[in-house]
Amino acid sequence: MKNWLNQHQQAMRIVLHKMRANLASTLLICLVMGVTLCLPGLLYIVVANLNMVAGEVKAEPQISLFLQLDATSEQITAINAKLKQHSGVLNHRFVSRQEAWHTLQESSPATQDLSENPLPDAYFVQPKDVSPTAVDALKTEFQSYPGVALAQIDAAWLERLHALLGIGEKAVLILAAILGFAILAIIGNTIRLQIVTQRNEIEVSKLIGATNRFIRRPFLYAGSLYGLGGGISALILINAIVSLFNYAIADFAKLYASDFKLSLLPFSIQLLLILFALGMGLLGSWLAVNQTMKKFNLN
Amino acid sequence: MMAMIEFDNVSKRYPSSDEILKNVSFAINAGDLVYVTGHSGAGKSTLLKLIAALERPTSGTVLINKQNVSKLKAAAVPYLRRKFGLVFQDHKLLYDRNCFENVALPLYINGITGTDSAKRVRAALDKVGLLNKEKAMPITLSGGEQQRLAIARAVVSRPAILVADEPTGNLDAQYASDIMRIFDAFGQVGVTVIIATHDLNSIQSNKKILHLQQGHLSMLSSTPLPSSEVSK
Repeated sequence: MKNWLNQHQQAMRIVLHKMRANLASTLLICLVMGVTLCLPGLLYIVVANLNMVAGEVKAEPQISLFLQLDATSEQITAINAKLKQHSGVLNHRFVSRQEAWHTLQESSPATQDLSENPLPDAYFVQPKDVSPTAVDALKTEFQSYPGVALAQIDAAWLERLHALLGIGEKAVLILAAILGFAILAIIGNTIRLQIVTQRNEIEVSKLIGATNRFIRRPFLYAGSLYGLGGGISALILINAIVSLFNYAIADFAKLYASDFKLSLLPFSIQLLLILFALGMGLLGSWLAVNQTMKKFNLN
Repeated sequence: MMAMIEFDNVSKRYPSSDEILKNVSFAINAGDLVYVTGHSGAGKSTLLKLIAALERPTSGTVLINKQNVSKLKAAAVPYLRRKFGLVFQDHKLLYDRNCFENVALPLYINGITGTDSAKRVRAALDKVGLLNKEKAMPITLSGGEQQRLAIARAVVSRPAILVADEPTGNLDAQYASDIMRIFDAFGQVGVTVIIATHDLNSIQSNKKILHLQQGHLSMLSSTPLPSSEVSK
């Protein structure tokens, strides 16, 4: 156990020593990874903030029942009774065609020229269950009531916005996956070059009894550390960009009496980003070491 | 006495080459000092590589400490190699680090670090007379000093078997006898020492000699021979 720990410590020391000796190139690799990783991070922030804005908009959908113009008063009271007893209805409100006509004429004077009231009687229903499927089922049910000309869900635009944001979330994942490959390539290539420059050392070490694990270990540590450094520099970049953006937008938002600003990544996502970068670093170096050692025929 | 190394009918052939060793059989006991002689191309280096488990035989069996090298799993080979201290014909020193770090490499591989390793590195450097050069880079050393540095690296992990390929290769007589004295000292303390050499003057009397001629082991002798006969 002590020996095992010792070997890991030793590999870590070797790697840190080498990184200190080549500080500029080490920082540059971390920065390249940071820039790469900060792209999906920023997109995530944009999507998450839009989601938040969309969440503030009342998400409760309303179903409008427009009655037929020739609906009888019996039909109207029958619908009223049905809605009252319906277990899926939170509340409902009747707006008569005269009432609607009046409101319309008040709000848009242009309609005063119309000689006839074109509006139907209407019920506005708030469902209890606001999930899209439940609301959709209610709508179909209401549509079948006698006297109902059209049942319509009013929050369709909100649904579309949510669908759009859903696409945005998927885009974050896709971008993260693609750039994850880029990071694999960056780290893999870096480690491969290091192996090539240390070929003598590896060959001699193998001749005098080094195990493959011993050879591999420092490179895996190096890859993981590059990943960690990349993740940290990505976070620094993201936070800097968001802060800069918020600073720039503060005056603009004030004009609209809004205190809108982008919020930073939540802690769990920050942690995830760093772990993702570290994992990619480890995987990239693992692939590079195995492939390069096979090519050298050192195994 | 226990046989440390046993070769039984061992042949070695590399892909697209003639057989380099042909049906070689011998045994080396623990604590022996053995010379491997022969003209260049006779198979001395190949024989040493087989002894140190750097190569596997094409046919026949190589037993090291009763372990059959051919049947050894790849993962077990590194641990077998650690029983050996190897001095290569071309030193194989690492020129990107100083003498101390060169000698410390086998200890690192064995997981020995810190003050314990520093003590042993200095002891090994002292044994070959390079203690004052620990901070020097190997490239600044003379040929003889580089050779001695390679020996220090070979003995630092206190191997049971020391294998040296032409350790006096390009050295003048003074250096050569210095180095042979160092090997002799290890033989005195019970280390099995195997030295390949074409320099018959450096061979001491009363030592075992494995003489190779075009891949055949032509002689196994523990009696001194007149050098004229050996070089025939």
